[in-house]
Parts: sequence; C-alpha cells; structure tokens
Amino acid sequence: MSEPILELRGVNKSFGPVHVLHDIDFTVRAGEVTALVGDNGAGKSTLVKSIAGIHPIDSGEVVFDGKPVTINGPRDAAALGIEVVYQDLALCDNLDIVQNMFLGRERGKAGMLDETDMEQAARKTLTSLSVRTVKSVRTQVSSLSGGQRQTVAIAKAVLWNSKVVLLDEPTAALGVAQTRQVLDLVRRLAEQGLGVVLISHNMNDVFEVADRIACLYLGRMAAEVPTKDVTHGQVVELITAGRSGELGIARPESATI
Amino acid sequence: MTNTTSEKASPEGAAISDFGIDTTSKSTGEALRDYVARLRGGELGSLPALLGLVVLLIVFSSLSDSFLTLGNIANLLAQGAGTTIIAMGLVFVLLLGEIDLSAGTASGVAASVMALHLVKGGNLLGGMGDTVFYVFCGLLVLAVVLAALMRIWAGAALAAVALVIAAVGVPANPWVEMLLAICVGAAIGCITGFLVAKVGIPSFVVTLALFLAWGGVILQLIGQGGTLGLNDDVLFKVANGNLSTAGSWLLFVIAAGGYAAVVLTRHFSRLRKGLVAQPTPMVLTRVGAVLVLGAAATYALTLNRSVSNVVVITGVPYVVPLVLFLLVVGTFVLDRTRYGRHVYAVGGNKEAARRAGINVPQIRMSVFVIASTAAAIGAIVYSSKVGSVDPNAGGGNTLLMAVGAAVIGGTSLFGGKGRLRDAVIGGAVLATITNGMGLLKQPAAVVYIVTGLVLLLAASIDALSRRRAAASTR
Repeated sequence: MSEPILELRGVNKSFGPVHVLHDIDFTVRAGEVTALVGDNGAGKSTLVKSIAGIHPIDSGEVVFDGKPVTINGPRDAAALGIEVVYQDLALCDNLDIVQNMFLGRERGKAGMLDETDMEQAARKTLTSLSVRTVKSVRTQVSSLSGGQRQTVAIAKAVLWNSKVVLLDEPTAALGVAQTRQVLDLVRRLAEQGLGVVLISHNMNDVFEVADRIACLYLGRMAAEVPTKDVTHGQVVELITAGRSGELGIARPESATI
Repeated sequence: MTNTTSEKASPEGAAISDFGIDTTSKSTGEALRDYVARLRGGELGSLPALLGLVVLLIVFSSLSDSFLTLGNIANLLAQGAGTTIIAMGLVFVLLLGEIDLSAGTASGVAASVMALHLVKGGNLLGGMGDTVFYVFCGLLVLAVVLAALMRIWAGAALAAVALVIAAVGVPANPWVEMLLAICVGAAIGCITGFLVAKVGIPSFVVTLALFLAWGGVILQLIGQGGTLGLNDDVLFKVANGNLSTAGSWLLFVIAAGGYAAVVLTRHFSRLRKGLVAQPTPMVLTRVGAVLVLGAAATYALTLNRSVSNVVVITGVPYVVPLVLFLLVVGTFVLDRTRYGRHVYAVGGNKEAARRAGINVPQIRMSVFVIASTAAAIGAIVYSSKVGSVDPNAGGGNTLLMAVGAAVIGGTSLFGGKGRLRDAVIGGAVLATITNGMGLLKQPAAVVYIVTGLVLLLAASIDALSRRRAAASTR
C-alpha cells in the first residue's frame, strides 16, 4: 500500500442550516484509484468541490503530501497539483486539442504563443497516456466523440504535473467502447503514480478500475475499503442503507442530513 | 518523438488501433482530399464569398465596359476601404457572439471631433461650446477610469491621449487629427465595453442605445444641415492619394516578400521539428500564387489610369497598404498571441474560458475597444474619401454594411468562428456590388435589394454549413 498523497480528517461543511459533510475522513493514495460512491445527495460533489477549493471547508484538516494545507480557492488547489475534470467538460468546441489543453496557461514569451512547444508537449502527454484515439492533436474538439472529449479533458488535467486528479462521472454519457477507453485511461493515470479519485454511479466501472472504494451515506463516510474485500451487493447496501454486515455506520437509521 | 505506430495496438480491437497521433505529413493528394472532405463537412470558411466575388467580377465586367478599367478598380478599393476597416474591428466583437450596433455612429463621432478640431484650429472648447466641451472631457475621463479599472491599459492610454489633445488645445495638424479620431474611438469603446462586460447589459441593447445617442452627438457637434470640410492635403490623400511607382513596388517587396518569408520559415521549422505540416508543394504553390498575383496587381496599378490626357494617375492607393497593415496586425493578434487565443476561447465556451482562468469580462470589454478604434480608422478613410464630415457620417447603413461584410466573408454571428480576412473579402464583395450596380446605372432601390439578397445568401450558407457540421460530428 502506497503513501497517502491527500488526506482529509474530520472535515465538516455546511451550507447555511444544511450540514452536508459530517466528520469526513478520506484518503487518496498515489498510484491508486479511489472510487467515491454514494446516492444522489450523499455529498460526493460537495466533497470534490471542497477538495478543489470551490467550497472551502468549515472545519477539519487537509493534509497534502504529508503537510497540512489550507485550500481557499481553485488556484490553491491547482498550485498543489489537484486537478478536477468536471462532468460538463469545459472544453472550447471551436479550438483544437492543443489549444484546449493549454487554455489559460499558454506557453510563449511576451504574450505570444509558442505553438511548436505546446504541440510537442501535448503530444508527449497524450502518448504517455497511450492515447491513440485521436488522429491529430490539431483536430478541432467539435469533431471529437464523447469519449475523445473526455480523454482530452483528462489529458488536460494531467499536463500540469498534477498529483491528484478528481474525475466527476467520466463515463456517464459514454457508450460501451468509449467507456472502455476512458477506464483504461483512468488506470494508466494511477500507474503513472497519480492519486485518482473516480466518482461514479456505475458499479461495473468501479469494480473494474478502483483499488479502494469510499462510500458516502447522507454526508457521512460509511466505509472506505479495498475493492477486493467487498462484493457488489455490499457496496449497493452501503450506498442505499449506509450499512452492510460489519461495514458501515453504526446506527444509520439515526443519521440525518 | 516516439513513433506511435510501433506501439502495440490496444486489445480492444480495430476501433482504437485504426487511429494514431500521426506524425507523418500528408501528401499533396491526401491534403487536397482532406480539404474537400472538410468542405463537404460544412467548414466552408471564406470560400463562398471568394467564389461570389469572382462571379460578380465576371458578371459586371461583361455587362459594363467601364467596370474592369484600372481607374474603376482603384476607385473601388478606396470606396470599400472604410466599410472594410470597420468590419475588421467588428470581427473581434462577432467572435464573442456579441454585436456592436453603435460602431457606425461611433465612427461618425470620431470623424466629427476630428473635423471640428481641424476646422477650429485645435480649439475644441470654442468649437463645441462650454457645456458640450466639459461633458466631452468628462466622458473621456470616465473612459480612462473604466479602462484602468478593467486593466485595459491600451484603451486607457488612448483615451488619455484624447483628453490631453482636447484639454491642451493642440493646434490643428492632420496627423494630430487622425490620432485624435482614433483615441476618441478607443474611448467610446471603453464605455461601450464596460457597460456590456461589467454592468452586464446585453450588447444588443447597449449598442442600440448608443447608436441613437452617438447619432445625436454628431448632430450636436456639426449642427443641423452643417458640413465640416476637411481642407487638408494629408487628410485628403488618405483615401484619394497613391503611392509613387517606386513606393508601390517597395510595398510589393515588403508585403509579398514578408508573407513568403513568414510562411516558408514556419513551414520548414515545423518540418524540421517533426510536426505535421502542409505538403511542401502546396505551400510553395500558395506562396507562388500570392507573389504572382501581387506582382500583377502592383504592375497594373502603376500604369497610368487617368481618363484625361492632362493628368497622370499612377500607383497603388494608400488605402491598400493601410488595409493590409491592419489585416496583418489583427491576424497576428488573433492567431499568434495569448490574447487572440482567449478571444476565440471566450467566443467558443465562456464557462470553459472562465474555468481556465481567463479574465472573461476583460476580454469582452477589450473587443469593443478594438471595434470602436477600428471604426474610427474607418471614419478617417470614408471622411477623407468625400472630403468632408456631415451629420449623416457613420449613420444610415454604415454599420449594417460592415456587419454584412464580416458575415458575407464567413464570420459567424454565433461567435467563435471567423477570421479577419473574412471582413476584407466581404468588404470587397459589397464594394463590388455597389460600384458595379452604379456603373450599370441601377437606381438605389435595386442596389439595396441586391445587397440584401447577397447578405441573406451568405447567412443561409453559414446556417446550412453549421447544420452540416453539427450533423457530421458524432
């Protein structure tokens, strides 16, 4: 088991009177895929947005690479090397792959663009991820398929020497073959030593790529277990009831939002 | 660069291994087939406008003997230049999916301030009257503040220069007048842009309101029924003067040589670095075509085109290098700078641009500054063409013609798609229609109807090609 790259301890978050996250402990390890599962409204998105700095946490501790840190905004998270790939991919259709990957962080001197440098770097990143699904890095994003777009969005996140990548439902809108491509890519990210968090509703995907499964139930961390120690049924029970046999919260029926 | 083809294909089968990030350049045949495929896929660019221009040239030259004379062609260039320059500025606004309806009357304001300053010998206070002058200066101060607030330093600097020229009362001088017009244009753009980008009023409404307001300002500055003559040799020559024969050829050497040098350097540097490049024969053909056409045009324009035996008119009109210069600078900004990339990004997906850390309000405001500044340059040209500024300057359909030029050239009104050369090609189409119909002695009614139909045709092509492009993805 590798060292934790990102650790959350006792994290709480409320929106006004609504207590969304209760004392969450959550660990992301380098070189592993951690699946974050939970029913709608369990707090998955809030947790991701807290890590990304969009919703700063109310209380609790965030440890990154062994050092306690505070994340107050998206820029703090990006500076640490935490990248989020959101469900709506945030790509510009009218730009090509290279232009999208470097958007907002273009290379070049004095306001000019160093296209050669960017094109080579983009191609290197895509090659390192064994992405061979796009014909040319100069293809416009508007002509890419859903899976290819997802690939570009993920590659964009990896380009910045990031250490933790959070993927919000990357396969939600994809067909079978495209889901395959993206899951392979997720695996390769972990093999490259990144800490990967995969939010998904699809149990097949989770069991296929995740090393560990973290299950949220009504804003509480019900269980955080290695994938090989649990069955499909147990995870579903954890998601829906917060408890499954020995696993889960002690008295889920008393849990409230 | 690793050779991707040597890597093992994914086990998932043909669907994936069929592709690869190609590092091999295409052959000429493949590149041509690719281009045809893109055309069929709906990426037409400015091709329809270019074809339309060729058709118009053939039609008019067969119907009128005087159309394809050197004198008329040179005249056509000067006629179209003002609208074209305004259209180039509008391309920036259209790229964001916004509209600037006030660019026409804003150009009129710039022109009338310029003319007033010239006529009154630099005494704007005397020319405008106390109240108007202080309001004018107040607006310039406001523009400086707003631009500085949004950190658009170029806009702030230009507005400040206008303020200094107005307040100090710099004596009349043709160069100062032109600078003043440009600075006033920039200041107007700062105000428009701030209202759109920061206050958040839809650009259609802001610029519609300002279209009316600036129209009133022009009337106030010039006076009902008045006309301000531009009695100055330099100002007159902007649209009516020509380069000397030697100057014309020098322009050819600089422009065509520069184009060839830039294209070839880039092409061979990409080849050297192992990046995908256009096939060399195609690049050479393109450069060759530009050199030959440029040389032919320069030669033709250096012949005597005067209809009388008394005077000799030769040389490339000044407006040609002016439009070329603006085209080159603007294209460079859009294609080669971070700013230009951000303009396209905001036009393509505002939310993606925001998340990528781009200052979206700043970009949105800046395009209005560019549009109004370009409009002011256009105003200098069209005022110079007629030699005076009257209360109708920039009114009527000046703006709509400019928007039409950009759209006919292939700029999309939905944002994110378009290039500066679209405006030039579209401007040429419109100028050709106006000029050719005039030579055929057609009444204004027919000219307007034909122009409208051409614009409608261009918009339909844009819409249809969009539908085609949408259908060909996924």
